[in-house]
Amino acid sequence: MDKMPRWADIVLIPVFSLVLAFLLSGLVIVAIGEDPVAAVKLMVTGALGSTYGWGYTLYYATNFLFTGLAFAVANHARLFNIGAEGQATLGGLGVAFVCLAIPWPHWALALPAAIIGGALFGAAWAFLPAWLQAKRGSHIVITTIMFNFIGASLLNYMLVNVMRPTGSMDPATARFPPGAHLPTLHDLLAVFGIPFSKAAPANISFLVAIAACVLVWLLIWRTRLGYEIRAQGHSEPAAVYAGIRPVRIVVLAMLISGALAGCMAVNNVMGEAERLVLNAVEGAGFIGIAVALMGRSHPFGVFLAAILFGFLYQGGAELALWTTIPRELIVVIQALVILFTGALDNMVRMPLEKLFLSMRKGRG
Amino acid sequence: MPGADTAEGRQTAAPAIELRGISKAFGPVQANRDISLKVMPGTIHGIVGENGAGKSTLMSILYGFYKADAGEIFVGGQKTLIPDSQAAIKAGIGMVFQHFKLVQNFTVLENVILGVEEGARLKASLAKARGSLKRLAEEYELNVDPDAKIEDLSVGHQQRVEILKALYRQADILILDEPTGVLTPAEADHLFRILDNLKAEGKTIVLITHKLREIMAVTDTVSVMRRGEMTATLETATTSPEELAELMVGRKVLLRVDKKPAQPGQTVLEVEDLHVTDEDGVARLKGVSFHVRAGEILGIAGVAGNGQSHLLEVLGGVREATGRIRVNGQDIDLTGKHSDGRSRRARGIAHVPEDRQRQGLVMAFKAWENMILGYHHDPAYQKNRFLMDNAAIRTESAASMQRFDVRPPNPNLAARNFSGGNQQKIVLAREIERSPDLLLVGQPTRGVDIGAIEFIHQSILDLRDAGKAILLVSVELEEILSMSDRIAVIFDGLIMGERLPDETDEKELGLLMAGITDTEAPPDFETIEAALDAAAGPGDAPHG
Repeated sequence: MDKMPRWADIVLIPVFSLVLAFLLSGLVIVAIGEDPVAAVKLMVTGALGSTYGWGYTLYYATNFLFTGLAFAVANHARLFNIGAEGQATLGGLGVAFVCLAIPWPHWALALPAAIIGGALFGAAWAFLPAWLQAKRGSHIVITTIMFNFIGASLLNYMLVNVMRPTGSMDPATARFPPGAHLPTLHDLLAVFGIPFSKAAPANISFLVAIAACVLVWLLIWRTRLGYEIRAQGHSEPAAVYAGIRPVRIVVLAMLISGALAGCMAVNNVMGEAERLVLNAVEGAGFIGIAVALMGRSHPFGVFLAAILFGFLYQGGAELALWTTIPRELIVVIQALVILFTGALDNMVRMPLEKLFLSMRKGRG
Repeated sequence: MPGADTAEGRQTAAPAIELRGISKAFGPVQANRDISLKVMPGTIHGIVGENGAGKSTLMSILYGFYKADAGEIFVGGQKTLIPDSQAAIKAGIGMVFQHFKLVQNFTVLENVILGVEEGARLKASLAKARGSLKRLAEEYELNVDPDAKIEDLSVGHQQRVEILKALYRQADILILDEPTGVLTPAEADHLFRILDNLKAEGKTIVLITHKLREIMAVTDTVSVMRRGEMTATLETATTSPEELAELMVGRKVLLRVDKKPAQPGQTVLEVEDLHVTDEDGVARLKGVSFHVRAGEILGIAGVAGNGQSHLLEVLGGVREATGRIRVNGQDIDLTGKHSDGRSRRARGIAHVPEDRQRQGLVMAFKAWENMILGYHHDPAYQKNRFLMDNAAIRTESAASMQRFDVRPPNPNLAARNFSGGNQQKIVLAREIERSPDLLLVGQPTRGVDIGAIEFIHQSILDLRDAGKAILLVSVELEEILSMSDRIAVIFDGLIMGERLPDETDEKELGLLMAGITDTEAPPDFETIEAALDAAAGPGDAPHG
């Protein structure tokens, strides 16, 4: 086969794409009269130079891990789930219901319940698009994106009309009871005597996300359902031949995907805000697509990509805070990274492949 | 000027097109093998052959869509390189595709000038095209309203636009790929009049078709293609539809298989009055009944597209049907949840599908993953309630790949990296190793290299000798004749008759395959054509 070695495919192409994206971002920074080297330094120190920076980087990364895994699972069944935004929004509702339902005595009880609540609500929000795709052939890209809007409106309605405490002017739920407050990385690492910033929002959800990575890996590559999902994703005729029912796979893959997206709320709603506010997801559902594409829908790749995007988010915030580089430019830089790693994959891949082929010919 | 250089200066004997030694392979499949062809100017040359014989590939090479692996092309006696369709147009070659390449919401004029506009403003080009179209319409009966939108035109008119496009680009050589597949008989007759007019003006026409009636009606010479080879080139006047049909289906040296006489046991499969209607509402099986006993091979012969694929899919649990099927005396579900492949396997039915790359294998999966496709629920492959035992599957796969001589015997290689023959061996290994009561085999040696054919045939015979029932579907008559213990011929969704391989020959089977049950009557080409028409199947019809 005329192919590159595997390591080049997995390591070299993303690195090349990243370098290109950063070079282009540098040019943009030069063009507006700022110093790109200083900007990079600021981003790195801001995101990775302190436990405070790490705390934010990992907090964002946790969000992206959940939504990235959500996209990855659906993608293995060749379903383009761009509804993680809405599914995570609904997950927030689920988590809020659970947290406000009873005065939780301890977070160790509240956490599993909240995970179940978020997952159920996220999965429920993915069910209808999945069912419409499986039974009626309504394209999942269209239905999930519509469900994002419906989800946002639903949250709006719930916060304004149902869940807002009487007398409050703020479209948000009441604060969660203290027993539903999750330990932060500061609390967790203190057990081992490791100092960590108290102000940073990274919390135990990060560990939940890592567990989710492992579970997704097991699901996709070690279970019958994962085998069936991958078979369906690669070739539906072959799956049908093998007695795999496409309707079942489409629905199950989307339910799992939606559940993972819904779990994100454990991090941002329960772990950080400790109440449910409007627009709590803040676009993490869409970043998840880039994270999954960059990570090749493999949980380990998703992990690395999520950390990278966490770094970009936190570093970007620092840039906006300390330089005259406008906040919009941060979005440009993030967009360039998404563009190069996600959309322009072939632009880097094809020349690299040619290079490898000519090298091989030169040897043989 | 289109049509300006007509008959004059064409007395030279140089062929309009000459192909020398054209070969083209797609992976392990040899689509064209050492093809040579001469088409004289001012003639209509037909190319006939079954689906997949390599006709379209050959013409795509001539039109610059594919690059030949070997061989040369001469146009008007000049050696010509045709790397793309622009070069083909430059060389005076025009092509009318089976599926038209027209912009639906453009007018006829706009479509005609598309790609050959002169300048940024269209007005001048459109005026020029309007004049040319008028002249062409008068000359060749190619009348189409130049201002009509394509989407408002009938299929026959759309085809005329395609021909006009080619002529406007000064084509002297016109290739038509299955031009009548989408036309009504009246439209087809009109097309033939147009072709005659074009010929009278000195144009050269290559007509690709599998319809013998058209060949006999309009061509001067005809070439027959079979399995990627040009098997004959004949004067149309001196040949007959029967001869062409025989050349198309092929009568080659039989690959006689060394086999013991069958020892049939109890009836394993009973099919009664099976009906299938496909997604487009076309009846594909119209009441099929037959049975297969343990220890025998029932061969289903037929021209592709007469329902045998649907029969296999119903039996394999890929497609729903009505009627009755019993396996080992017990009814199996033909609709609903328990009519799927998994339920079939549970009943001891194994299925080697006709299209191994689309159905039989997940090409991106590794060999070991493919070795359990459909059997992945087997308790032997589970480590516990949740996880599969991948290590055990790999070990078992490696062993059975060894036994079936899959090369290379590496279970970690993706299916797409094996050759066609070895891919087929992977499928066979998977299905035969389970020792099923009934094995369904579709086109076991299609696209398989000679070396693997013998092994595949032997594996199937071994299973028969182990007392299993085998249903073999193949469009290769020689394979059916050499492998089967009984032969059923299918035509247009019906079993036309059953024969014993020793008491029949290719000629008799050929007639049955053409739907003629009475062997006294001479074959007339209308029926042969109807059979071949049916063979074209839905794949050739436009979607929509």
